[in-house]
Amino acid sequence: MPGSLPGVLFDGVAYGSLLFLISVGLSVTMGLMNFINLAHGAFAMAGGYVCAVAMNRLGIPFVATLPLAFLAGAVAGGILESLLYRRLYRRSPLDQVLFSLGLTLMSVAAATWVFGPGSQPVHLPDFLLGQVRVAGVDLGAYRLFLVAVVSLIALALIASLRMTKAGARIRASVDDAQAAAGLGIDVGRVFALTFTLGSALSALGGALSIDVFGLDPTFPLKYLVYFLLVVVVGGSGSIAGSLLASMVLGVLDVVGKYYVPQIGAFVIYGLMIALLLLSPGGLRRMAR
Amino acid sequence: MSAAGRVPDARWRPAELVFWAAAVAVYFVFPHHLVLASQILITGLFALSLDLILGYAGIVSLGHAAMFGSGAYAAGLLAHHGWGEPVSGLLAGGAAGAALAFATSFVALRGGDLTRLMVTLGIGLMAYEVANQAASITGGVDGLSDVAMGKLLGLFAFDLGGRTAYVYSLAVLFAVFCLSRRIVNSPFGLSLRGIRDRSARMPALGAPVSLRLTAVYTVAGGIAGIAGALLAQTTQFVGLETLGFSRSADLLIMLVLGGAGWLYGGMVGAAAFLVAQDLLSGMNPVYWQFWLGLLLVLAVFFVPGGIVGTLAGAQLRRLEARR
Repeated sequence: MPGSLPGVLFDGVAYGSLLFLISVGLSVTMGLMNFINLAHGAFAMAGGYVCAVAMNRLGIPFVATLPLAFLAGAVAGGILESLLYRRLYRRSPLDQVLFSLGLTLMSVAAATWVFGPGSQPVHLPDFLLGQVRVAGVDLGAYRLFLVAVVSLIALALIASLRMTKAGARIRASVDDAQAAAGLGIDVGRVFALTFTLGSALSALGGALSIDVFGLDPTFPLKYLVYFLLVVVVGGSGSIAGSLLASMVLGVLDVVGKYYVPQIGAFVIYGLMIALLLLSPGGLRRMAR
Repeated sequence: MSAAGRVPDARWRPAELVFWAAAVAVYFVFPHHLVLASQILITGLFALSLDLILGYAGIVSLGHAAMFGSGAYAAGLLAHHGWGEPVSGLLAGGAAGAALAFATSFVALRGGDLTRLMVTLGIGLMAYEVANQAASITGGVDGLSDVAMGKLLGLFAFDLGGRTAYVYSLAVLFAVFCLSRRIVNSPFGLSLRGIRDRSARMPALGAPVSLRLTAVYTVAGGIAGIAGALLAQTTQFVGLETLGFSRSADLLIMLVLGGAGWLYGGMVGAAAFLVAQDLLSGMNPVYWQFWLGLLLVLAVFFVPGGIVGTLAGAQLRRLEARR
């Protein structure tokens, strides 16, 4: 644990970038379909287990397991969306909460059954171990790697949403699904595509987070609050909002737990409630 | 036919009498299972309080355990510090639950379903953290023991077999149930259903929406507090898990599987849930969680009204057919 303020802040940024990677899909699907998906963390956990199994049992190097985790998340998300989620878009929020809660419980039980209740080890390659000295501050090499990867992904996401035709379709569907359908956009396909991509990113985040969050079967419940926080604080459907919210939450959480461990948890929950009441639409709405 | 289409009708139906007769019969038929049976009654009372806000007023809450736990700690702390009289402790628990519900209603009831879900979740987590941090008062993770209870009404001591606990819990449950039944069949209860089904139109009828919601949220918090106090008094222990997220989540599951919006759904759901959990407890708890999750997913797709909703719907259809 780095002792200096810049080191702690950087840790918070690394923590926040993981939160962003896992939660951005949840935010976009909530903005698109108003679907309250409590099972989103299960996709992250699935990615984490794919990475752990590929690494520890099959001997595949860590960096090479990351695309595998991404793919596994995409496949799981795509299948579940077309079989189950799709049927519940028009149902009440309570039904969606119960369905996704049921799915979460099943995923926790299944993970315990297959992998046992303990946490999974991760073996990082040598170049990601140790500290790197940047501008006089010692930073963890792995955390630098995390921030770099997530920055690239965030840039790619924002750019493709702004500049590509698929991105324009997604933005149109988020703003007004009915009008978008009237313009000939296949909204159902846009839903399926974003859900799949969101699950894949979440799984990638889960794989990258083993070293930071740890990985055990309670993962989807343990971090659920944080993922939901990113969405409500950032405003659903907004990538830039999610990024900002993730960074704020990550830094506040790490700083809070480091300097004032007694009230660390209150900082986050109190911030959430205050933000929800001040600005129900999230930070994005506030900035406008 | 859903609960939404019914006009309030306060007459007692035969099925209701059978239900309460069965609850009395349990005392004589299962004398060795009264500890579990008391748990079912207490959890049923807790579920009844959630039904008032979810089934009738449409408020989705993931933090209802905050009120339950505050009632449990209020009654537990009173007894811990020497005030072991049960009925006043029960009322204190109810007052604590109602006070917390009233105080938090102004933040918990604003916004849409997602906002409410998150805020109630946050309030529940904060209540847990408060009890966890205030270990000098609450005992923290070790829980609050040395909860010495006096005799009920000065006559009946709490026994290990749970006989007093069962009769006490059943009496409290029945009294609170009658009160809740009166509430939901009153014009106030009808206006709650109106708010649940079309909150934007209710102000046009002159119904003060936020005032009504605050009122029912406070009443439900009080009932949850009473349920928590009952648990503290009958088990003579208060643990941190009375405030835990899984208590709120399990409660929601019981109520929905039992059927929300019928008052009986929560009690039926609690009975089914706890009996199944007890029977399957020989199994690995992990399997229980898996089947519970699967049941929930299937219920959302195939049994949207829950057990009571499906039974009542079938009965309504039969009556319609006879006409």
